[in-house]
Formats: sequence, structure tokens, C-alpha cells
Amino acid sequence: MSRDEILEKIQEIFRDVFDDEQLEIDEQTNREDFGEWDSLTHISIVMELMQVFNVKFTMDEASAMNSVEKMIVAIVERGL
Amino acid sequence: MKELQYPFDGEYIIRKKKQIKRRLLESVNNEKQQLTKVKIAVLGGSTTSDVVACLELFLLDNGFEPQFYESDYNRYWEEAMFDNEKLSAFAPNIIYIYTTNRNIMSWPFMTDSNEQIQDKLEREFKRFQDMWESLEKRYQCIVIQNNMEFVDYRLLGNGDAVDCHGKINYLQRLNAKFYEYARAHERFYINDIQYLSACYGLDKWADRFYWFMYKYAMDIKAIPLLADSVSKIIKSIYGKNKKVLVIDLDNTLWGGMVGENGADGLEMQVDTVKGQAYREFQEYIKEQRDIGVLLCVCSKNNEQDALEGLNSKQCILKPDDFSAIKANWENKSININVLSKELTLLPESFVFVDDNAVEREEVRQRISGIAIPEISSIENFIREIDRNSYFEMTSLTGDDLQRADMYKANARRVKESKKFENYEDFLLSLKMKAEIKEISTEQVARTVQLMNKSNQFNLTTLRMTEGEMAIIMMREEYIAMYGSLTDCYGENGIVSVVLGYIEDRICHIKAFLLSCRVIKRDMEKAMLDRLVSECCHKGISELRGYYYPTEKNKLVKDFYSDMGFEKIDEDTYGNTTWKLDILRNYSNKNKVIQVEEIG
Repeated sequence: MSRDEILEKIQEIFRDVFDDEQLEIDEQTNREDFGEWDSLTHISIVMELMQVFNVKFTMDEASAMNSVEKMIVAIVERGL
Repeated sequence: MKELQYPFDGEYIIRKKKQIKRRLLESVNNEKQQLTKVKIAVLGGSTTSDVVACLELFLLDNGFEPQFYESDYNRYWEEAMFDNEKLSAFAPNIIYIYTTNRNIMSWPFMTDSNEQIQDKLEREFKRFQDMWESLEKRYQCIVIQNNMEFVDYRLLGNGDAVDCHGKINYLQRLNAKFYEYARAHERFYINDIQYLSACYGLDKWADRFYWFMYKYAMDIKAIPLLADSVSKIIKSIYGKNKKVLVIDLDNTLWGGMVGENGADGLEMQVDTVKGQAYREFQEYIKEQRDIGVLLCVCSKNNEQDALEGLNSKQCILKPDDFSAIKANWENKSININVLSKELTLLPESFVFVDDNAVEREEVRQRISGIAIPEISSIENFIREIDRNSYFEMTSLTGDDLQRADMYKANARRVKESKKFENYEDFLLSLKMKAEIKEISTEQVARTVQLMNKSNQFNLTTLRMTEGEMAIIMMREEYIAMYGSLTDCYGENGIVSVVLGYIEDRICHIKAFLLSCRVIKRDMEKAMLDRLVSECCHKGISELRGYYYPTEKNKLVKDFYSDMGFEKIDEDTYGNTTWKLDILRNYSNKNKVIQVEEIG
């Protein structure tokens, strides 16, 4: 799976979790400049990533995952 | 909403919860649905935000408009035990205590003696009991308490269940004490997360990732399952249970077609694989009758063939087990509407079980609110029906156990009534006797159940909890009466509740309702007569009646007018206010029921 394909799937997750069909994200999107991305929505996002990509993150990875780029890297590292 | 019906996808619900909520609110607005308001305080021993979010979805989907109070993180005990202004101001109808085995304070140590472990168990239980008692004293509302799920490891292996040092053994014993308390206390209900986690799979349920990362004491994907379970308890308490199970015959109750294979050719015998499966399903259906569910047949068959099948030696269910049997070639939706009239129950209290997807669709499209489980093949039927908890029994009252017989007697009465030219003669022939008395502790459960589920003959549709009723019946300024009715066919049990609130020598009728079983029996007249005589006794000169229209109570729109009240107000919603001067020669209205005189 290419980075773009991964990004697209992550975007679908974000659109569902934030209930915003128009939402556009890129690799630079991060928790700091995204007010609604609070700790509660973060849980849903991480859970969804594990479900959609069929991976299990360690607690270290999940804690550090504060940007879309880090999510993509973690998924690419799994060889997907 | 289909996404929230069994078998739902928990992950999907968590992911789309915002969208689902938006769609639910849209459909509520579009259909101008009337929702039951309910205030729920969730006191949590771990993170509860998704618990609240999911509970909101399931309650909205079941006709509630919930409002929530959420305790601070892991402050369930303190918030319950001590003065809590915010919670008092919120005035909850229901308090849900979301605790798990993560909240246990004293676990047994391997070095403990039996006595030490017993002490720990008592102490642990007492901590919960103190909290429940404090809640009862402060809020007099319904309490729903999680039991304890198992831990996912066993130091002693299989011995963990047996030895008193084992955590599994300890949790079982603690749960048993919870259940004992629940049996002894009305208004206290257990949410069985031990069962839920077993169904879900304990290894998945107890995923520590969510605990250490976010202090969720369970897999987030299982939260919808938990919320569904709690919403079913609430549904049941508020009288939104289903009451009737309508079942098809061919390939649903038995294998094969009775019209073609004949009664002897049907699969329900003990010596074949599918026969056994159908028999087990029949036993399950028969058990529903024992908890007060009314069974009906709706089958496309000649009536004679259907009866032959039911009367065959192999068949566990007999014609007598059913409140009514419709075997003909009409559309099933038509038959269900007829059943609804005969049993005087709204179609939305029906569950329809049919193996044929086309029949299910025909009924689904024509009858709104009816529940129709998607059943697949006979070995799955029981689970596919059962997991919906249509008939969830939070409290089994004596009336529940006799209900099937009562409705059958009612059907006989309907038949009899056709023989009389004059309706009053028919009513007299029933030799009705009523007991109308003040509500006391013994009647609280049944009267509240009746208030919360009566829709048709209900002037104000006032709902309340047992706690509220317990307070009202003690207060001087209320007249709280129930009426029970017996006739020559049997007992009907408690069938009417009237609540009057006295202010400035005027009695305001806050609630006036009848069970739909006894509509058109003049019981309402007997109730009004007694209310008037009580009022005269207390020196009250005027009655005020109120009619608040809903979709279901059009039947009583003119009730107060028929009883001689004078309309004094009507607002734009059709809410009307009525007045009756009772000092000016009120004459008793009931002429057909013999009412037992008060002591």
C-alpha cells in the first residue's frame, strides 16, 4: 500500500470520527492545530487504525501518534 | 435504526457515533416522535465518556430523550456517598454505577486465612452497600449497578474458581451478594457484564491496551454491547417492553409445510437432527409464555391444517398455549392488525417471527414499530430472537405470570359480548366486582408498571418511577388510588390508577388511566365515583381534569366531557382543562360494577 493509499484510508476514518464529510487532511495534520482532536477522539482514531489496517500498536506508538505522518510511518513500518 | 439492532457492529457504532446521533435526531424531528424524558447519572469507576455517548444512541433509538450527568473520573463512590450539590440539582431518574473488577479494593492474598478472605469480601460488599443505601436515601431513584466481570488470568488455574484465594472464586461470591441485594430491593437492578463479557469473549473484553492507555476498563468496541444492555433495563423499567410474540408455523415453528407434508410429515420429532432443533426452539417459545408473553400464531395455511399440526403428538406447543391463532390466506399485516384489536394491544408491542423474508418485509412496511428479528436458520433462531431482549424482565410481578390466562379470558368476553343485544346487559352478566383503595407499598410496583405502559386510556400519560410513587402515596395532599377488577371469567388484577393533587380545595387529576384490558367496562366510572366521594369527604368542592393529547390516547379525548365536566381551557396543542363542581348533585356514574365498600 502506498503512502497515498494509507492517507486516503486515514482520511475516511477522520471524516467518520469527526462527522465531517468534507474534511481534508494531509501528512502534516497534527493534534496541535486541530482543536477537536482531543484525547477522547484520539482513542477512537487509534482504535480505528488498528481495526482498518489490522495491526496492533504498542502503547508507546499509540501515545506518540500525534500527527498523521506518524500514523503513516507506523503503518508503513508494519510492511503494509 | 438497523445499525443499532442485534447483531450490531460495535466498531462501526463507535466510529460513526456522531453521524448516528445526527441521523437519530433528524428522524425524531421528521416523525415528530414524542420522546420520554429521562435523566441519567453515570457514576464511573473508570472512563465513561463513550459509555455515555453510546447509551445516548440506544436510548434515542428506543424513544427516550436522555439527559446525562457524568461523575468525575473514578469518583463514583465519593459522589454517591457525600453531599453532592450538582447531582442533587440534576435530580436523576436513574443512577447507573459503572464499576468493574478494576474497582475492587481488597483482593484476597495467597497468605490470607479463610477468615481473612471472608472479612475482605464482607468489607468489599459493604463499601458498595453503603453507597447504594446513601443513594437510596438521597435520591430515591432507580439504581443500575454493574456486576463484576471475571479477570482474564488465573493464578491457580482451574483452582481459581474453587479455592477461596482465587480471584474467580472471590468475584463469584461478591456477585452473589450483589444479586441478593438486588432481590431484596425494588428499584435496584443489575447490569450483567459478566454475561456480556462472556458472550463477547473475555480475552477481547479485558484488553489491557485500553486500560493503560485511556483507563477504559474494557475494549472500546464492546461498549455498544454494554450500552445496549443498560438501555434494555431502562426500556423495561419504563414499560417499553414488547408483550406479544406472533409466530409463523411452516419452517418456523416446525420443519416442512403442514398443508403438503401432513401433520405426520413435519420435522419436530426427537429422532432427527432438525427435529431436535425445532423442538428446542418450541420449548424456548413455550418458556416465553411462562413469563407472561402472549403467544399468537400467524400462518398462511388452512386453519384445519394448522390445528392438526399443533395438535399432533410431536408438537410441544398446543393450541391452548396461544392467545389467538390466525391461520388463513390473508396478508400477515392484516392478521396482525386484527390480533391487535382482539387483544386490545398496540401493534408496536408485537414481535413477529417468520422465516420468510418476504413476509417479514410485508409486515415491516405496513406496521410501524413492530419488532421483526432477522432469523436465519433453525439452529440460530433462539439466539437471534433472545439477544434482542424484547421481553426483558426487570421485575416479574404476579400479574405477569398470569397474563396469558387473563388475556384468554378477555378473548372469551369479547366473544360473549356478541350474544347480547344491549351492552349494559352484557356488562351486568359479567358480574364485575371492583376493589378501589389507596395505593400502599404492596401496590407500588404494579401501579407504576401500569402507569408507565398504558397509552390508550391515559388522560395525561404521566410516567413515574417507583421512588416517586412511594413518596406521593405518603403525602397528605395527594389522593392516590388503584382499582382492581374481578369478573365471572377471572381476575384482572390492578387495572386502574388515579392520582389527584389537592390545592386550595381543588383536586387536580394528575393521572387517570385504565389498563387496555378493561376498556369499555365502566371501570373508569367506578374510579371517578370513588374519587368524587373521597373529595367530598375531604371537603373539596371542585375537580379539575386535564387531557394531554398523544398519538395514542385519542380514545379519551372526550372523556371529561362525557363525564359531565365543563371545558375551561384549550391551548394550541390541544391540551384541554376541565372543571367539575362536585358539590352540585353529582350522581354516581357506575351502574354495572359492584364496588367493595371501604372498611
